Amino acid sequence: MDELTLDGLREIMRHCVGTGESVNLDGDIRDTAFTDLGYDSLAVLEVVTQVQGRLGVSIPDEALNDIETPGALVEYVASQKAGA
Amino acid sequence: MSERRVVVTGIGVAAPGGLGVPAFWDTLMAGRSMTRRITHFDPSDFRCQVAAEIDFDPAANGLSPQEARRLDRAGQLALVASREALADSGLGTDALDPSRVGVSLGNAIGCTELMEREYVVLSDGGRKWLVDPEYAVPQLYDVMVPSSMAAEVAWTIGAEGPVALVSTGCTSGIDALGHGFELVREGSADVVLAAGTDAPVSPVTVACFDTLRAQSTANDDPEHACRPFDRDRKGLILGEGSAVMVFEELEHARRRGARVYCEVRGYASRANGYHMTGLKPDGREMAEAIRVALDQARLNPEDIDYINAHGSGTKQNDRHETAAFKASLGRHAYETPVSSIKSMIGHSLGAIGAIEVAACCLAIDNDAIPPTANLSTPDPECDLDYVPVTAREQRTDAVLSVGSGFGGFQSAIVVAAPERTYA
Amino acid sequence: MTRRAVVTGLGVLAPTGIGTKAYWAAALDGRSGLGPMTRMDPSGYPIKVIGEVRDFVPGDLLPSRVVVETALMTQYGLVCADEALRDGELDPGEQPEYEMSVVTANATGGAEFGQREMQNLYAKGPSQVGAYMAIAWFYAANSGQISIRHGMRGPSGVFITDQAGGLDCVGQARRVIRNGSTFALSGGTDSSFSPSGLVGQIPPGLVSLSTDPDRAYLPFDVAADGYTPGEGGAILLVEEAASAQARGVRPYGEIAGYATAFDPHPRTGRGPNLRRAIEGALADARTAPEDVDVVFADGYGVPRLDRLECEALAGVFGPRGVAVTVPKTATGRMYAAGPTVDLVAALLSLRHGVIPSTLNVTAVSPDCPVDLVLGDPREARVRTALVIARGYNGFNAAVVVKAVA
Repeated sequence: MDELTLDGLREIMRHCVGTGESVNLDGDIRDTAFTDLGYDSLAVLEVVTQVQGRLGVSIPDEALNDIETPGALVEYVASQKAGA
Repeated sequence: MSERRVVVTGIGVAAPGGLGVPAFWDTLMAGRSMTRRITHFDPSDFRCQVAAEIDFDPAANGLSPQEARRLDRAGQLALVASREALADSGLGTDALDPSRVGVSLGNAIGCTELMEREYVVLSDGGRKWLVDPEYAVPQLYDVMVPSSMAAEVAWTIGAEGPVALVSTGCTSGIDALGHGFELVREGSADVVLAAGTDAPVSPVTVACFDTLRAQSTANDDPEHACRPFDRDRKGLILGEGSAVMVFEELEHARRRGARVYCEVRGYASRANGYHMTGLKPDGREMAEAIRVALDQARLNPEDIDYINAHGSGTKQNDRHETAAFKASLGRHAYETPVSSIKSMIGHSLGAIGAIEVAACCLAIDNDAIPPTANLSTPDPECDLDYVPVTAREQRTDAVLSVGSGFGGFQSAIVVAAPERTYA
Repeated sequence: MTRRAVVTGLGVLAPTGIGTKAYWAAALDGRSGLGPMTRMDPSGYPIKVIGEVRDFVPGDLLPSRVVVETALMTQYGLVCADEALRDGELDPGEQPEYEMSVVTANATGGAEFGQREMQNLYAKGPSQVGAYMAIAWFYAANSGQISIRHGMRGPSGVFITDQAGGLDCVGQARRVIRNGSTFALSGGTDSSFSPSGLVGQIPPGLVSLSTDPDRAYLPFDVAADGYTPGEGGAILLVEEAASAQARGVRPYGEIAGYATAFDPHPRTGRGPNLRRAIEGALADARTAPEDVDVVFADGYGVPRLDRLECEALAGVFGPRGVAVTVPKTATGRMYAAGPTVDLVAALLSLRHGVIPSTLNVTAVSPDCPVDLVLGDPREARVRTALVIARGYNGFNAAVVVKAVA
């Protein structure tokens, strides 16, 4: 994966917690907080691990603290890719 | 029938800073931080590169070549500590009725260190999913089932009563002691080796905590990497070790004129039923465990002279247990010294609970309490007396030790000076 | 007065069936769950026959959120816990949270989950180890996840004593009931069927290498040559007796006696302590040997160990002095799960007055003087049953269950 799109992230997120009753990733999730999507701290870390592996980026703690939505994660990865 | 009482008559410790109780206590009293850059493996590719390691030579510490080959590092440390505890207790194993002797060994992650090494061979460095049975070593099943370590400890004392490995994650050590306490109290055994052991400084466990971002990343300043209750804390630091205590029924100990360190007075455990790793800030289940343990100990909050905290060095934990102490001890929480020895010897998962209670027994024995190392800038939200940097001499009769772990387990144990309890 | 512990709910998951009803029907019909290994390519391994749980679709039974972060052993535990609560008609949300406990056992941890992440570590690097590894593979995962799922916040525990753990955890559940809990979910679950988990079982030399599912696991038989590994789980809802009565729930039976004993090291030359565990459990239950109606034996399937078990049984009950059965010949030895599944079978025998038979065994060895229930299930008035378990390295445990008058 060269770039992380929202749909790409959506797929990773599905992979990380499945598609169960408490998780709905359809529709516009860009600005919805991970917690409101049913992703607790552990699930977010799993998503981040997958994103790091597939995109070849590293997301440090300080950055992660500010990433609360899928949109923010996509933007952060894009900025890293642009800077690389 | 009067209630059976349980006393501690022997202690053995293997911890970062040195093997044996004298080296352990010296490390704590000096406030020496034993965390350092990892030497067990090359940590360059890891987020956290610091741990509290033991410099341990199996042969120099009395392990036979076969024991050294057969046992995982956690098992080796447990054997060394068991033998020290037994010698310290003065129990002649020949004089014991084996059926009245038990073992309760706490351990969180099994024989991971050896299991990982063998996995690397079986899978040829992670290349094969269908691992190669030709490379299976004879002890592979023992490595897979951590109960093998409880068996090894049982053989050191010839225990033929209740023997079990207690594995409740990071509260394993304290829960194993609690179980040992119950076994003696209810009459299932007269003597129990109550213990904890773990050796998590291996790549897979460091990687696990890396992924959770739970470990400190102060790789450029390893000695000060673990800073419980400090505003600048960055997370926990793994450690390794074992502590073994001889729990003995009081009359059994009296009859043989045993030296008594202290009495185990109360123990309780609760689950937060909330999250595998997350803690609610109010600390209510830990507070409940503390209340029940105190109640069982027939002690009031005011009787507690020292609290050995879980103090893992994460913000979440520090606030959680600070709240728990306030909720359970009320005003007395502000007057009680609280310290975390993890600041010095790291978090050895299923061992640390037992190591911490060993420290509590020694605190009572020496009338002194260990400090929280590296605590230079207190977190304003943690407003208790965390005994920064320097050990204190003070009369110490009754001590509370707590633990908190993955799975949501919260445990508390109370030990108290013998003269206070049955002089 | 000592608080009594009864069992008011059962949950089972075994190679012979998912759910108590399916498991019991298969036990009475004599259907086996053993077969050729399908979980992985068996060609490179000497073990050919195992007891796999088939048709288990965790996503149908558990939230996806939980499925991704749990190993099979935990999924088995969660599903069994759900069934036990349903069966016992207990809504944990309506009970005081600190009066409900969870005490589980397993022998090997989440073997497949652990191997997968270990492979990530060594094939891809430390940053590729998944976040769930830290909470999925370890031994405490089952108690933690069950207590979280049901908000059960009382004293919890995890006991590891190899296969004996399946009884030791129930002994501990009785202890927490005695000490004040009203309910405890308790039992063993295990699944070690990953390539490395399977390979780990080879060195002790106790697993049968037979390729015939009907001839692989034959405890007490002249042809016994080892055991067949299985996987599965069972969780009991253990309840304080007065509470069950007040709720109007009919108990399957009482956990009337429990004892454990550890063997001396083989180099001492002294024999094992299985007999002492049995006698301890009987004494604890204030039960004379002649009052025991059936023994669910450990049945290792290894001639030397079968002989030792028969000696212990003969010592307590006299040669062929009691009906003995090993229904786990149909499931394989499910490690810590096995003895709890046996407890379920024992409790169902109390309820239904029928003893499931020992499938596949046809020719009891002259070295094994036991009255083994063979062929069809045996109808009998069962008021008291003894369940025995042994774990590798010398763990022995015994539980006595009794019908509640």
